[in-house]
Amino acid sequence: MTDNLPQRPAKPVLTAGDSSAPLTVEKTRNQWADVWDQFKTHKGAVFGLFFLIFITLFVTIGPVIWDVDPGKLDIRNKDVRPIYIGLVDSSAKVSWGNPMGTDNLGRDIMANIMQGGRISLAVGWTAMILTLFLGTTIGVLAGYFRRLDGILMRFTDLVLALPLLPLLLVMMLLFRDPLRAAFGPENGIFILIVVGIGITSWMQTARIVRGDVMALKEREFVLAARSIGTPARRMITRHLLPNVLSPIMVSATLGLATAIITESALSFLGLGFPSDFPTWGKILFDSVDRMTSFPERVIWPGLAISLTVLSVNYIGDGLRDALDPRIRGL
Amino acid sequence: MKLKSALMGAAACMAWAPMAIADGHEGERGRDGEVKVIYWQAPSILNPYLSGGTKELEAASLMLEPLARYDTDGNLVAWLAQEVPTVANGGVSEDLKSITWKLQEGLLWSDGTPVTSEDVKFSWEYCTAEGGGCAQGEKYLDVVSVDTPDELTVVVNFSVAKPFPYGPFVGAQAPIIQKAQFAECLGPKAPECTDENFGPIGTGPFVVTDFRTNDVFTAVANENYREAGKPAFASVTFKGGGDAAAAGRAVHETGEFDYAWNLQLAPDVLSGMAETGIGENVVAFGTSVERIMINMTDPSAELGEERGTAKHPHPFLTDKSVRQAMSMAIDRALLTEVGYGEFGKLTCNVLPAPAIFNSSANDGCLVQDIAGANAVLDAAGWVAGGDGVREKDGVRLSVLYQTSTNAVRQDYQALIKQWWEEIGIEVELRNIDASVFFGSDPGSPDTFQKFFADVEMYTNNFDGTDPESYMANWVCDDAPRPETQWQGNNMPRFCSEDYDALRAEMASTGDIDERARLAKAMNDMLMQEYIILPLTHRGRNSAHAKTLGGVALNVWDSELWNIADWYRIGE
Amino acid sequence: MLTYTFRRVLISIPTLLFIAFVIFMLLELAPGDPMASMPLTIPPEVRQEMRLALGLGEPWYVRFPLWLRQFFVVEPQYWIDNAFGTNFADGAQRIISFQSRSPVFDTIAQRMPQTLWVVGMSYVVGVLIALPIGIISAYRQYSVFDQAGTFVSMIGFSVPPFFSGVLLIVIFSVQLKWLPSIYDTTHVVDDWNSFIFQLKQMIMPVMVLALQTTAQVSRYMRASMLDNLGQDYVRTARAKGMSESVVVMKHVVRNSMIPVVTVIALGIPSIFGGAIITEQIFKVNGLGQLLIIALQGSDIPMVMTITFLLAVLIVMMNLIADILYGILDPRIRYD
Repeated sequence: MTDNLPQRPAKPVLTAGDSSAPLTVEKTRNQWADVWDQFKTHKGAVFGLFFLIFITLFVTIGPVIWDVDPGKLDIRNKDVRPIYIGLVDSSAKVSWGNPMGTDNLGRDIMANIMQGGRISLAVGWTAMILTLFLGTTIGVLAGYFRRLDGILMRFTDLVLALPLLPLLLVMMLLFRDPLRAAFGPENGIFILIVVGIGITSWMQTARIVRGDVMALKEREFVLAARSIGTPARRMITRHLLPNVLSPIMVSATLGLATAIITESALSFLGLGFPSDFPTWGKILFDSVDRMTSFPERVIWPGLAISLTVLSVNYIGDGLRDALDPRIRGL
Repeated sequence: MKLKSALMGAAACMAWAPMAIADGHEGERGRDGEVKVIYWQAPSILNPYLSGGTKELEAASLMLEPLARYDTDGNLVAWLAQEVPTVANGGVSEDLKSITWKLQEGLLWSDGTPVTSEDVKFSWEYCTAEGGGCAQGEKYLDVVSVDTPDELTVVVNFSVAKPFPYGPFVGAQAPIIQKAQFAECLGPKAPECTDENFGPIGTGPFVVTDFRTNDVFTAVANENYREAGKPAFASVTFKGGGDAAAAGRAVHETGEFDYAWNLQLAPDVLSGMAETGIGENVVAFGTSVERIMINMTDPSAELGEERGTAKHPHPFLTDKSVRQAMSMAIDRALLTEVGYGEFGKLTCNVLPAPAIFNSSANDGCLVQDIAGANAVLDAAGWVAGGDGVREKDGVRLSVLYQTSTNAVRQDYQALIKQWWEEIGIEVELRNIDASVFFGSDPGSPDTFQKFFADVEMYTNNFDGTDPESYMANWVCDDAPRPETQWQGNNMPRFCSEDYDALRAEMASTGDIDERARLAKAMNDMLMQEYIILPLTHRGRNSAHAKTLGGVALNVWDSELWNIADWYRIGE
Repeated sequence: MLTYTFRRVLISIPTLLFIAFVIFMLLELAPGDPMASMPLTIPPEVRQEMRLALGLGEPWYVRFPLWLRQFFVVEPQYWIDNAFGTNFADGAQRIISFQSRSPVFDTIAQRMPQTLWVVGMSYVVGVLIALPIGIISAYRQYSVFDQAGTFVSMIGFSVPPFFSGVLLIVIFSVQLKWLPSIYDTTHVVDDWNSFIFQLKQMIMPVMVLALQTTAQVSRYMRASMLDNLGQDYVRTARAKGMSESVVVMKHVVRNSMIPVVTVIALGIPSIFGGAIITEQIFKVNGLGQLLIIALQGSDIPMVMTITFLLAVLIVMMNLIADILYGILDPRIRYD
């Protein structure tokens, strides 16, 4: 090990306080307006935000305007191609009634993408928030309080070691019927899947946050804050959390993608939603076999997932930059 | 037209295959190099007595052979035996209690030692040894002793009269294993013999060289195989794993493999693949029927321990008019076209084959009749409520419809749900992982035996060509219930004295025409009571490269039954 | 640090035993039946006998200690016997798979080569690509390189392998016919040509898997670098006249490694957990395929053994990560 201490410039204790403290240059402006101003300068983030609003409206308001029942089978109208194919190939079977085409049972693809997006987005967001909440809490607690570290990290090891599939099977066995009785078949399964994905994907976030917190709490500004008697709660919320925001943002983005994809893998294994509930992942999975004849069926859900993840990533980037003034200006 | 072809049942198979063998394609053993076979489910063991799985049976059939087996038409043909014993040729005793097999002369194991009647007897001992957990125990049911009067003669004695004595040593399920190899592996020691289980010495055309469980195995031509000039291939690579689509791609699109087994893919996907012209799809029909079972007992969770038992009849499915309406609302032709295309046939019977057992009394089911179904429900007093769901005396027609997870089954569910909703029946779908659904874990509520749903859908069939034990599935006694740890095959919990009487009569009847009459009567009773709703008579479809000759798809036995006759069609 | 390591290793033992117990009970509770894959033509009585032959007739409190004994006593005995020709094991029963009726450790050993070739290699490739991408992306934030890197890695991460794998096969195996779509696990590399063949059959699965790893690691690397680039010590180092490469590579990268080390350490056990979907698609038949087949077949001894080995790896890797934290940032103290 090289001697690295001398190379690290000692920070002036006073100026290096809370690095995320808002730089209130103009007194009339509040902190969040500032953040928003900074956020707006990030082109990717603005694009991401717009797309996210668009896709959210598309899946929520969309079905009100485009009121085709996604489960409605119309076998005579199966395998209709999307409308733009008709421009290139006049012999293709297209119909204005199904602008994105229909699947092999004649279900309207646009209605399915809308309906599937509702579930996928809901699963993605909820599982992501659950993951972040669990991961951050456990990570911060373990990193900050030494006496909790051992037990919390051993617990993390345990959950990491649990195989997801049998775990979900056991959860189905124990909780499906009570949840179905209490919330109805769809919501019951929804809760099960979200919780299942949530409780099995927080561990990485927890370990990363813990590692960062452990390093941070030995930094000078934390020592300084502690020396003036800052209570633990304020230490965590004011000094530590803002400084671990970057990895948390990355976890959030990756977590959203993972949740959407895990849900589709679960449907494939027979543990997901009933077959009459489309999700983006499931539409994509079901269409892979026909991807050479009907490329649109993989492109639509694939694009929807990718662009959603991409926009969340950019929003995360923009938000992180906006909240952390040090990064700007480099 | 379609009906006619459905009635042909077992006869459907490629007529050109035997011709190709006869067209003088001969030469020395091993002349055609390597043949590559892909099974998208990988075999885990090569001992059919320790695993009943189809993939294991078929993989093992390259090495292990029975005394007699079924050909592509479902006829018994002698294999290691000189001929198939019958009452007529004196091989089966008059009282139907013993059968005498004669081995062919000069048979050798692949290690060069002679095959004797002791090996045959040992195969029985191996499977019936205490603590061995033999998967094929049923084949040896009622066998009390196997005698070996001389090197080539085997006499199997049964405790009861067996109108159909071709269980032991017949078919891919019950082949002959070598006594010298397995002598130390009896009973509880069976799993310790890994080398033996992974490389059984057999009489078949190939000898295993390297077996990797759940992955791949390679085999080379058996130098001691009884027919000169066979097999044409010097070696076999038998790869497993992946999924059906990938296996189809490997034969049809990339040409990496010569033969792909059991391609359960949507018909449009398969025919799309075949457009490349490298490979071709083949299909043969056995006895598999995709069916809906109707629960005659009340599965509601409030009943606790007694749910799904005969103590609590189902609140509305015990009404025959409801069951009849459900059947009438289904368009079987459309289902079959969507799910199986040319690999499925229409049927109105749960016993669709062999042809002599196929009843024509129920063919009315082939035509969908939504209006008729509505009329039946109206007449029975089921009236549509505000939400369109019919009800009577406070009972709503709301069904939970479960099946295993599988793309085609989910399409079936979606279509049937729509039709049932058109006649005012509310449908909730549920699909369950196959390993849970087809498991018999008494702790799981989701097994097809517990049937804690109103209707369920799956496929079943029977081994060989004799339906006696299959039809016995629906006797009162075979209903799964807590006392039997939920084991049993009578999923609908159907119970009829008349049916049980027919079954008892069949067990003591030897005459084939009389047996056919009884089987049909039992089938018709189930159909006309709408206890089971048959949907599609499923074929087995595989694909092979166009350069691979001699393939004769066989659903009655191992698909690879005649791999010794396969050859490469020259360029 | 040494006492800390020693204490952690000691604590690992009860932790692992507890994990083993939890996994066992989970598998015990999970519905599923090793007989589920048998044809329906096999009657229930025969199924019951087969189950008894698998040892499922015994209650869990008999089977769990038995497994522990087999794992910790019998299996090491067999290794010693194999290595030194001794006979400690004396024919004791090894852990036997329900499906193949063969010792699970033999099967696991058989799966190692392809797992390491494909999954291990893809991990190494993924990390090696990710680190420079992450560093450059952060250093030149919002440059074309950064934007392209972000775009490709996020798309790569959000496209599930069951789609990207099949897409690659359709392009490179079906259309172009350059690469085999089915991995040959029996292939032996012994000369140049066979090596080329090995590369050809590896390249698609390695690409699919590496994309996932790269996306993940590079995002964390970038984020962490960005945090550190803004720190005061960087300014000081520059002010001291240090060359830019020393500043970035020696100071910033080192201080940015904590989350990256965590991610990499957590990723290593998952190499041995295999890549379930990718292995299925390319038929690599490594440990991932073994595990999923065992799970689907309710092959409890196999699932139990593989997941427990993974648990050992997880505990070990997390310990190594914790030690690395201390080396990367000596201010971190555990005692």
